[in-house]
Amino acid sequence: MSRYTPPEQSKAGQVFDIAVVVVAIFVALWLPLKLGLAGAAKSIDALDAKTWEALGQNPTMASIWEKLGYTPETAHDVIQNRFHYIIDWPTLIIMAVVLIGYFVFLFRASDREYRDVINEKFDDK
Amino acid sequence: MTVAVESTGTAVNGDRVSLLRVLGPAHVWALGVGIVLVGEFTGWNFSADKGGTLAALIVCWVVGLLYTSVAMIDSEVTSTVAAAGGQYAQAKHIVGPLMAFNVALFLVFAYTMLEVSDAILLGDTIVAKAGVDGLTHNSFIAATIVVLAWLNYRGVLMTLNVNFVITAIAYVSIVILFFSVSPWTQGAVLKLNELVTPGNALPYGWIGVIAAFQFGIWYYLGIEGTTQAAEEVRSPARSLPYGTMAGMITLLIAAAMTWYVCASLMPWEYLGITPYPLWDAGKLTGSPLLENLLFIATLLAAIASANGCINDAARAWFSLGRDRYLPSWFSAVHPKYRTPYRSILFLLPIALAFAFIADLNQAITFSILSGVLQYTFMSINIMMFRKKWPLGTIRRGYTHPFHPLPAIVLFCLCVVTFFAIFLGFGSQLSAMVAFYFLISVWFHFYRYKFVRRGDQFTMPWPKPQGY
Repeated sequence: MSRYTPPEQSKAGQVFDIAVVVVAIFVALWLPLKLGLAGAAKSIDALDAKTWEALGQNPTMASIWEKLGYTPETAHDVIQNRFHYIIDWPTLIIMAVVLIGYFVFLFRASDREYRDVINEKFDDK
Repeated sequence: MTVAVESTGTAVNGDRVSLLRVLGPAHVWALGVGIVLVGEFTGWNFSADKGGTLAALIVCWVVGLLYTSVAMIDSEVTSTVAAAGGQYAQAKHIVGPLMAFNVALFLVFAYTMLEVSDAILLGDTIVAKAGVDGLTHNSFIAATIVVLAWLNYRGVLMTLNVNFVITAIAYVSIVILFFSVSPWTQGAVLKLNELVTPGNALPYGWIGVIAAFQFGIWYYLGIEGTTQAAEEVRSPARSLPYGTMAGMITLLIAAAMTWYVCASLMPWEYLGITPYPLWDAGKLTGSPLLENLLFIATLLAAIASANGCINDAARAWFSLGRDRYLPSWFSAVHPKYRTPYRSILFLLPIALAFAFIADLNQAITFSILSGVLQYTFMSINIMMFRKKWPLGTIRRGYTHPFHPLPAIVLFCLCVVTFFAIFLGFGSQLSAMVAFYFLISVWFHFYRYKFVRRGDQFTMPWPKPQGY
């Protein structure tokens, strides 16, 4: 197999490639944070009666909350802010397919590239 | 034993300048534990938020099993492929360039987002301690990231010597806290029976235990970073497995002590949301000495972790430049300090940008996601490694036992963790996978043309079986 000689990349080309990576990082990862689309999916189950008992706290727990500077009113939003684990099956299936697709692409494309590497490396000898 | 080490470096005035081989097993331990120990000071407790206090304990041990598998697998491959970039170099030799490109990005983002989390923790802790109205964490975040980047710019030995000392202090503080609260008696200080009751131990049931896997990863995330220093370790085949395994044992003990003390001092709803559970535990003992000790230890753990993260992320990025997976401009080694200085400087503003807008749990989730993608790769990688070069065909620095059981356990636990992240943080999972998919397409169909094919394989091994 003939040895592959990659093209030399100009300085402008290098700058452009760095810019592509930076843009990908900020669009895919930074922007969802900035737009508030990422983070924990929780919501507050509000209670009418804001007492330690209603919040499910025994006297030991209540004394610790108070030591930490909380009252039943201020602790309400902390205690009642809960996850609601309802599995959205279509979303889960789509996510699983995307994740599996990503890994399949990764291993198949890598294998094609790897064969180039091995052929060049060992056919030179 | 065949332990080949890639020569690396940059030409300065006609001379080859390479990374310095100055590190021993203690530095490897400090690099691994230094990065990870912050997980005891923040982050692990978010698993209590997702599943309750008992779920946090269950995942502490089960995820410990995941990381034991990681350490076993990593020790075998790294002791045989001892090159800067760690898992990146492994992927390059075992799977192929595109996988190596992705693995390097997993490393960079796992560590950069961990560094971001560390800086946020440090800023929030100082602001809370100061108790001054209007004081924000931004200036503390900026100072942490910039000063530590400068330390890394100046040299790896100094950086890891600093890490060794501050990691040891932070670890000792956990041990002091544990023995100060009379862990053998309940009721005096610790009140586990009254705080963790049959009614609230698993508030979401077993689905909460699964969901808690996400932040359970945080107990140990980054221990595999020991391999990043492979080119700077004096004896990689001995130091890397020894330092990694010793680090894992250290962390398992710290995690168990941390859970026991914190679960016995605060209700799960508070434990699940506090940014600094160990500092809070120190406060709740009523001892000003413990409170101040844990305050300082929280800061030190965050500094040690961020320090190690900058070291590791920059080396992974440096490796990408050296192999032309990214512009070769990044592959420069500083002529005086012998550090990958351009990579350190490039990642600095990215860390700052995320630190200023992300919440602690968001930054941690990005880091965890990259980590879990990497562990998924590792479970498949070891299978391919054993298949392409069966035992006896090349000499390994270390051969891990019970193969393929650790790889199967690791893969299954990764699948569970992906599902855990989907439960509550699905949008971040989508964003991260979209990023890696797009950047992979870009690499495979465009950037790969700049890569020298045969040069990607530098180990003195025979041709892999099946090729």
